[in-house]
Amino acid sequence: MSSKFFENPIIKWVEYRLPIFSFIDHSVGSGYPTPKNLNYWWNFGSLAGVVLAIMVATGIVLAMSYTAHVDYAFESVERIMRDVNYGWLLRYIHMNGGSMFFILVYIHMFRGMYFGSYKEPRELLWIIGVLILLAMMATAFMGYVLPWGQMSFWGATVITNLFSAIPLVGDAIVTWLWGGFSVDNPTLNRFFSLHYLMPFVIFALVFVHLWALHVHKSNNPVGVDIKGPQDTIPFHPYYTIKDAFGLGVFMLFFMFFVFFAPNFFGEPDNYIKANSLVTPPHIVPEWYFLPFYAILRAVPDIWFISAKLGGVIAMFASILVLMLLPWLDRSKVRSARFRPVYRQLFWVFVLDCFILGWVGANSPDAVFHGIPFLWIGQTGTAYYFAHILIIIPLISILEKPKTPPESISAAVTQAAE
Amino acid sequence: MSDTATPTATPDDKTRRDFLLLSTATVGAVGTALAVWPLVDSMNPAADTLALSTTEVDLEPIAEGQSITVVWQGKPVFVRHRTAAEIKAAEAVGLGDLVDPETDKDRVQKPKWLIMVGVCTHLGCIPLGQKANDPKGEFGGWFCPCHGSHYDTSGRIRKGPAPKNLPVPAYTYLTDTTIKIG
Ligand code: HEM
Ligand code: FES
Repeated sequence: MSSKFFENPIIKWVEYRLPIFSFIDHSVGSGYPTPKNLNYWWNFGSLAGVVLAIMVATGIVLAMSYTAHVDYAFESVERIMRDVNYGWLLRYIHMNGGSMFFILVYIHMFRGMYFGSYKEPRELLWIIGVLILLAMMATAFMGYVLPWGQMSFWGATVITNLFSAIPLVGDAIVTWLWGGFSVDNPTLNRFFSLHYLMPFVIFALVFVHLWALHVHKSNNPVGVDIKGPQDTIPFHPYYTIKDAFGLGVFMLFFMFFVFFAPNFFGEPDNYIKANSLVTPPHIVPEWYFLPFYAILRAVPDIWFISAKLGGVIAMFASILVLMLLPWLDRSKVRSARFRPVYRQLFWVFVLDCFILGWVGANSPDAVFHGIPFLWIGQTGTAYYFAHILIIIPLISILEKPKTPPESISAAVTQAAE
Repeated sequence: MSDTATPTATPDDKTRRDFLLLSTATVGAVGTALAVWPLVDSMNPAADTLALSTTEVDLEPIAEGQSITVVWQGKPVFVRHRTAAEIKAAEAVGLGDLVDPETDKDRVQKPKWLIMVGVCTHLGCIPLGQKANDPKGEFGGWFCPCHGSHYDTSGRIRKGPAPKNLPVPAYTYLTDTTIKIG
């Protein structure tokens, strides 16, 4: 923001009492110095923020026409689709927005893994990110239950039953989660309450995430620290405009689904009202949970740990283990551009995540060209953990990285030559 | 030192202060924990939910070899009028062959009537096998399509990821042909 702006008497009056304008300026304005070499992979954080705002806005109006009761929930969503003005639009934006949110956040996280953004001094920034992912998963899971279709009901049944794997207290915990003896009206009510709450928890986490970001500023494609003003440009107008352009492109993608393929990410079974006496033949979670669902089902009985408990542990561990990345990766070089071995194995890991997703979408007793999906899932799960717990630490010690450029500006001028 | 507000600390004094600080903090922590309990417990089944916890079933109309499903506490309960062959098959199994060892006798009050909660002990799907043309699995009882668990004619888990037998609810015979579940 220009100094002229700060000389305005009203602005000055407010600033003296609450320095909110300089706070904004230092967060996303001309007063925030940003590495000058950020590429489009750095757009995804702000895009996720926009989607969060869209989810809250559409969610609040949907909640005005939604009824959280087993006898009316399904009908109230159908009424939103048919009778409420623009209800179909709001619901399709909210429904597809959930999928968009996960696409953006997964890309955002892979970006962090490729460019080593989790490394010192951004460990907490990364850990808060993983917490945001967990909070998003809880929010999306409970949101999916609200329309009270067959997948809502059976997804909720299968996932809440996971907790019964906990020794001794498991069954008591499940009864407590349900507020009864099966997924029923008390469950739907509390899920609505929590689904409304969680986005605001996510907001708070995002705030802390950005707070940590602004202490040491963004990482960048070459992964070397900002050495001085020659390495940066002001956030506004340079990155506000780049983010705005990215938003335009993303909205085309998002709105394509909203208007032309609104049920692309959904399951047709969820347009059948929940029936507690009939399980659909093939229960699948939303696509963004598929890799984790594959991990859940991959674990066999191991020694005294039942497959059920082992699967639950592996599934939660697959997310929590990400928090350890800053310490598992000993390489001082952040960006994969200068790490020839890591760079290739990174893509193998991405591929592994896709394979796990594909396995999660198939029934475990299904067979692919003579190979049981169960085996593919077990191999994929083993590789997932091996990549994080063994491969990353090993190559961070064994690999000989190339020498990164002296500084960001050196990298930029070199590239120009 | 006598002119300061705090008298000179003696070693005794220090332990007394530590004690006061610690006990205040402890009482505060315990008090907070107690105050949180009502919030947590409010999420447990309410009195009216608990009150709906029995169901009566008339067995008269169920022919031999036929099953019906009734709802108890929001869950399906399988009531099966077993054939002599099914009873014999169930009784013939040795405990050594079972994942969750239980004799057939321990699972029924009258061998003809098998009554159990029809919820797969893996992750809660409803096994198939109630209708005549349903798949019944490799052991002629029930088959859970979700992740492939096979149950025998006593509802015991024989194959697949489920860890336990289908649970037998508490029930009593009110007359020869009616039962009360719960
Ligand atoms: C973190 C952001 C959010 C995510 C990821 C999310 C996710 C979801 C998902 C996946 C559904 C199921 C859509 C369907 O299949 O129909 C849903 C439904 C719903 N959500 Fe959200 N939501 C978010 C924020 C909110 C907020 C802030 C509210 C405000 C109360 C809200 C209110 C609702 C309502 C009323 C429904 C049921 C109506 C429907 O099914 O379309 N959501 N949500
Ligand atoms: S729920 Fe029955 S096999 Fe998984």
